[in-house]
Amino acid sequence: MNHLLSTEHMPRDLIEAILDDSDEFGEVLTRPIPKVPALRGRTVATMFFEPSTRTRMSFEKAAKALSADTVTFSPSTSALSKGESLKDTALTVWAMGVDLMVVRHSSTGAPWRLAEWLDIPIINGGDGANQHPTQALLDCLTIRQRFGTLDGLHIAIVGDIKHSRVARSNVFAMATLGAEVTLVGPPTLLPVDVENWPVKATADLDAVLPTVDVVYLLRVQTERGGSSVFPSFSEYAERFGMSSERFAALRPESVVLHPGPINRGVEIGHDVADHERSLILAQVTNGVAVRMAVLFRLLGGDHDE
Amino acid sequence: MREGARHFYFSDWAWQFGLGGSMRQVMTAEDLNRVVRRIANEIVERNHGADNVLLLGIPTRGKPFADRIAAAVSDIESSSCAAGSLDIGMYRDDLDSRPRTRIGPTDIPSPVDGADVVLVDDVLYTGRTIRAALDALADLGRPATVQLAVIVDRGHRQLPIRPDFVGKNIPTSMTEHVSVRIVPHDDEDGVWIGDEVLS
Repeated sequence: MNHLLSTEHMPRDLIEAILDDSDEFGEVLTRPIPKVPALRGRTVATMFFEPSTRTRMSFEKAAKALSADTVTFSPSTSALSKGESLKDTALTVWAMGVDLMVVRHSSTGAPWRLAEWLDIPIINGGDGANQHPTQALLDCLTIRQRFGTLDGLHIAIVGDIKHSRVARSNVFAMATLGAEVTLVGPPTLLPVDVENWPVKATADLDAVLPTVDVVYLLRVQTERGGSSVFPSFSEYAERFGMSSERFAALRPESVVLHPGPINRGVEIGHDVADHERSLILAQVTNGVAVRMAVLFRLLGGDHDE
Repeated sequence: MREGARHFYFSDWAWQFGLGGSMRQVMTAEDLNRVVRRIANEIVERNHGADNVLLLGIPTRGKPFADRIAAAVSDIESSSCAAGSLDIGMYRDDLDSRPRTRIGPTDIPSPVDGADVVLVDDVLYTGRTIRAALDALADLGRPATVQLAVIVDRGHRQLPIRPDFVGKNIPTSMTEHVSVRIVPHDDEDGVWIGDEVLS
């Protein structure tokens, strides 16, 4: 593995090896001193051309827990506002001597371009509506910790699938790990090429609730035009929100995931978000462990023998 | 018939690692059993019992040896002695030049602080693994003492590290390869020496 750009075409044994490592790095995070010297002397650049709090902080925390140094690029305070191109910006940061870049960009494919231009590992921290692979890995880890495996689980991904890089990454990772995935959302918010995805699709959330092990709620993305394709937040909540009533229709062992930030009262009910079977905070904790595993694999070592 | 089948399997294994027919066995399963029992006795003797002893195997093959030593200590002391594992993959000083580190489990069954920790590994060679283990241990707490048990000491130390409990001293040349195999990590017990793997 030279870069982490997409979960599509990632082999199952690679995903499982990363999740195995993540469990071990998660153990490091529970220690009195949650830091190991594995990447001492390495520098990780977080290049977020699009707003992010949790993903950027999670990568920085992961890098620091591995004793790597971090440098941060944020577009509002950078030379981007002076008209510098993506390529020139990336080359400039690379020339400072960074060993790996985490890139988030509103344009699909930007991390692939960086991987062509630079000879250092690139991690896709989210590109447009395309991919967000570390999110999918941390979600799969959270589910695997709860159920032991994804093999044979039925997972419903609910909401605005079309504009969601989280959904796209998760569909491929979960299907590769053996889960059966059903997309639930208004037909206008299903991807146009959904027949090529390893999934089923429906618009009837209530029909699937009794059969699912995991409900994965997507955020309603107002910034990507979500509000223009359904009439109102309250109508969305009515049809696709995980209310207390819908939560009660789930099997007693089923769980709810959400990538955050959550819109309480829209896609997730107030009580549901705080329920013991809502794993939202476990996802955040696992995010650091998964990113440690990915950084270590790209910079420190791999499992080839 | 059984012997023949086993021999076929071993040849297959040796071939797979590029060792040809040049492997020779230097310790049998029975030898390993005796060594484990002796080391267990020595650990109990040195520490005046095993109440404060914390056995930590270094993955991958240090762990099954630590488990066996713990079982032997439990027999001697008629009380239970558990073994944990201490992974050093995140503490190596040669990640740059040797980017093939496997991350193994770290599982500490009782507090490190104040314990008499016995690190257990299969082969002691340059000493760099043990240096990394001492770093890893320091991040987990402050043991009263740290002792080192190894099944095979093959020499060629590069650091000022010496074992407290040794199964067998096997002088080797640096071009030779020492292969320790232990159930359940492997499918048989024993120690073999052969020409270095070409890789």
